[in-house]
Parts: sequence; C-alpha cells; structure tokens
Amino acid sequence: MPGAIYAEGLVKTFGDVKALDGVDLDVPEGTVLGLLGPNGAGKTTTVRCLTTLLRPDRGKAFVAGIDVLKHPNEVRRSIGLSGQFAAVDEYLTGRENLHMVGQLYQMRSKLAKARAVELLEQFHLTEAADRPAKTYSGGMRRRLDLAAALVVSPPVMFMDEPTTGLDPRNRQQLWEVIKQLVSGGTTLLLTTQYLEEADHLAHDICVVDHGRVIARGTSDELKARTGGERVEVVVHDREHIATASEVLRGFGKGETTVEEHTRMLTVPVSGGAKLLAEVIRELDTRGIEIDDIGLRRPTLDDVFLSLTGHLAEQRDEENGTAADAKGHQKKKEEEAK
Amino acid sequence: MSAVTDAVRTAVPGGSLGQSVRDSLVVAKRNLIRMSRIPEMVIFGLIQPIMFVVLFSYVFGGSMNIGGTTDPATYREFLMAGIFAQTVTFATAGAGAGIADDMHKGLIDRFRSLPMARGAVLTGRTLADLVQTALTLFVLAIVALLVGWRTHTSAPEVLAAFGLLLLLGYAFTWVGALIGLSVRTPEAATSGGLIWLFPVTFISNAFVDSSRMTPWLQHVADWNPFSATVQACRELFGNPGVSPSDAWPMQHAVWASLIYSVVIVVLFRTLAVRKYRSASA
Repeated sequence: MPGAIYAEGLVKTFGDVKALDGVDLDVPEGTVLGLLGPNGAGKTTTVRCLTTLLRPDRGKAFVAGIDVLKHPNEVRRSIGLSGQFAAVDEYLTGRENLHMVGQLYQMRSKLAKARAVELLEQFHLTEAADRPAKTYSGGMRRRLDLAAALVVSPPVMFMDEPTTGLDPRNRQQLWEVIKQLVSGGTTLLLTTQYLEEADHLAHDICVVDHGRVIARGTSDELKARTGGERVEVVVHDREHIATASEVLRGFGKGETTVEEHTRMLTVPVSGGAKLLAEVIRELDTRGIEIDDIGLRRPTLDDVFLSLTGHLAEQRDEENGTAADAKGHQKKKEEEAK
Repeated sequence: MSAVTDAVRTAVPGGSLGQSVRDSLVVAKRNLIRMSRIPEMVIFGLIQPIMFVVLFSYVFGGSMNIGGTTDPATYREFLMAGIFAQTVTFATAGAGAGIADDMHKGLIDRFRSLPMARGAVLTGRTLADLVQTALTLFVLAIVALLVGWRTHTSAPEVLAAFGLLLLLGYAFTWVGALIGLSVRTPEAATSGGLIWLFPVTFISNAFVDSSRMTPWLQHVADWNPFSATVQACRELFGNPGVSPSDAWPMQHAVWASLIYSVVIVVLFRTLAVRKYRSASA
C-alpha cells in the first residue's frame, strides 16, 4: 500500500533543462515530508506535478491513493495547495476570498460561508475578515493563503516554501499552525530552503538537487550520516594549540583538526555533555586558557554541504558554476556507493 | 469543523454544464467585486471614449465628407457607431491585464489546483468585463446624445445594435484572455492588448468613409470584422454614412457582425482554455 503521496520516476524537462530527473517519493499517511534543496533543485516542479498543475514527461504519481495523471480532478478534491506567493485576491476581503474558494471546491454557498467564519477564527483573522487582503501584513496574507488551502480540510496538503520572506516571528507563528494541522492527521509535503524549518516540522526529509533525490531519512539519520557530535575549542594563546591538541586526542574518536588562524580545534567525540565537562577540566588542569568551547552536533547545513558540496542558500551566487557543482555531486554520489 | 467538512465531501455534484455555469458566475462575481474596489479603472475606461467623442466630433467634424456633405452634425451621427465599437474592443486590454495579473500573483495556480470547471476562470473574467462594457456603453450613449447623436429607427433595432456591440466586445475579451495568458506581466498584457487594436479599428469604416481609401486598403476595411459591426450599427441606428460597398460583409452587415463575433469567441475561447490548462506563471 503506497503512502498518501507517492511518486515514482518523475521526469520533467523544460527545453534543455531537466528540472526533474527521476524523483521518487513515498509519504506515509499522517506524516510530514520536508523536501529540501536550493533554488532550482526541482522542489517546486515536484509540487506542481503532484498537484496537477504540471504534467510530468514520465513517471507515476498517486495522491490520496488517486492516480494524478489519470484522474487529476479527483485529486484536486483531496488536496490543498499553499504556494510560494500568498495566492489570495488582494482586492477581496479575507471572508470573500475564503467564500469564493469554498464555492470553487463545490461547496454550497451557505456552507462555504460558514466554513469561512470557522477558518477566519482559527487563523486569527476574524478582526480583519472584512478588510481587503491588500491591507493585510505579509504574515496575515500567508495565514489567509493557508486557510484557503484548508477550506475542505483536505487529507493531503502541499506547501511550497510557506515561510519564505516572512520575518522570524511570523515564521514561528506559521510553524505553530502547521504543527496543529499535522497533529490532526493531515499528510503534508513541505518544501523549504530553510534547513531549520525542515528540522523543526518534518518527520522525514528528502534532499533534492538537480532534479534528483540525493538523500532521504529522518533529520537525525541524515545528521548521523554526516558524522556525530564534535567538540570545538578555541584556545586563547596560539602557543597552547599543540598541548590542547594532545588533550583532545585523548578524548576524541577520530582525528583532531586544527585551524591555526582562528585557534580552533575540532575533534569528533561520543559521550555528550559529560565528556565536554571532562575536557574542560583537563584543559584547565593543564593551564590552557580557552576563549570558547562547545559540543556541536551537525546541522542540516552540514548535511547539505557534505551531500552537495554547497550550502542551500549559496546556490544563487553559484549558478555560473552549476556544471562544477554537478560534477562535484556526481563525485559525492560515487563516494556514497 | 468536521460537520462542515463532512458535508463538503458529500455535497460535491458531478462535473457538468451546471458546474461550469456556477463556477463561472463565482469567478465573475469575484471580478466584479474587484472592479468595484478599483473604481479609478472603471472611470478611466469611461474618460477615454468620452474624450474620443469630443475630439473626433469637434476636431475632425468640419473636414469629413460623409455621403457628400461636410456638415459637422452629419459626421457626429456617423461617428458614434465607430466610437461605440472601438470602445467595446478596448475591453480586450482590461481582460488581458486582469488575467496576466492573476497569473503573476499565483491566483491562476490556486484556481488550477481546485476541482472547478476548466474554462470558468476565463469565462468568469470575460463575463465581468461584459458587465463593465455594458456600463461604459450606457454612459457613452448618454454623452453621444448630449453632443447631438440621434437614432432614427425603432427601439428593437437600436437594442439589436447594442446587442451586436456587446457581443463584439465579449468576443474581443477572449482575445485579451489569450494575450493575458501568453505574456509575463500585466503591463505587457495591457500594451499587447491595445497595440493591434489601433490598426484594426482605424483601417475600417469607423472614423472615415472607407470608400475614399486606396482600393487595397478599402478592401481590408470592408472585410475587417470590426467594420461589419460598425456598418450594422449604422444601419440599425438609421445613421448616415452606410457603406455602399458590394463586399459581402458590407451588404449583410448584421449577419456578418454576428458570424464574425461568434467565430472569434469559439476560436479564441478554445485557444485560451487550452492555454489555461497548461498555464504556468
């Protein structure tokens, strides 16, 4: 039994550009999949294929158990889509927007009105309900857009970069809304460039780059693949580097790396906070003055960097060297095998 | 919440003509609400044709020879059918810009992800534009009466003329819809929707007696779909300057106008809906 969202070998080409190069996905019912990748990796194209907006050249896709290519209109009844831009009519009020969307989901007018009232309440928009959406703040528009996607409480939701462009406070608020939603049993596919966001919201993560899924797993699994925890020490005096390095060697599970100019030493460890305390004591006993010390777990940024050779946000500047990046990625894939 | 949404699932009727009509009306209502909230657009849409009436009547009025006379009053009566027809075609730009704006803002994506009738977004838009066109035409007719335009026929004939004008305007909004779906920005849709209207409306019998044009140009003017509606209106209003040309559309202007408009609707609706189905911002 495939999951609530299932894709196999999705391929989509635009001219010479292969936007999707064989994407496979399987999202169990009631879970959140984070689709993570830089701009142009194929995240949006994947969402567009799954939400019937774009027909893939090849591959299969099922949403809520319905064949997307054969019965697109049946799929549309079972999904909600919240896109990169808050797709609401800015000249309509919040209430009018939701009423319209409800009617276009084929609800009776009266029912659509009642549902709009519920959603405005749920998304804290009741006070602004009768103002044109033009007067809303960015966060309010996103909430309205999300409310519009939820009019029929669809079992499957797609959110394409829901928090892009929002300030941290609004992002936090939207995360809370998304969490509530998922706790109600909705299956969600979420794309994001923010690794923190995927870490926060997603059960499983697929990292995509150049139209392919290059890694998948839970956030912890991906981090574990990149390497476990490390102790990082910045010593005060350059002369102490050698001694500190010796100390760390005693605690470490692997090679200590030293950055001379920042006076930072890093060593992979296992043992967590307790070990960290021991390291501090030992360095103190030896009279080594330290500026900073910490236990560092890999972030998804580390994961991304090690998988693709570039950071998620860096892609824009790197467009010129996309070919290099691709070469690099191939090398990584070979290494992975 | 669940009571409502359970009802939703069961309240879904089959995809039918009824659904098409209902969805189109929902979208038309949305566009009309929009228009009422941007009154300056409706007002500018009115000022332009009024300006044309005044400019053409008084600047060109004394120099135009219509049916052997250069009497300005005759030209004013001659002119109005042309201005009416030109005004209704300018709705093209509004429809195009509106749809391009919806594409640009991601609304078309939202609509395409909903289980609604495929052509409804475009039909709704063109219907709303039709309402706006009717309003503009109404105001323009009053201004025309003020500057001395009169009809000399029965009420049904006059109403038939306005019917043909609205149909022409409706047909052209479908051209606008296709343009709106094909360009990247609303600005491009506005200029792209207007530029070609100038040759279409000027190489015609709208503002001058086309029989005084160079023969090849007269030929173009006689077969121009736009001329057919103008000619039909002059006949139905009983206004001067009906072209004596023996080209078929000039001889059977009412039928020609009707046929041209219906063909334009069918052709451009088909193309626009096809484009909509694969549209991406």
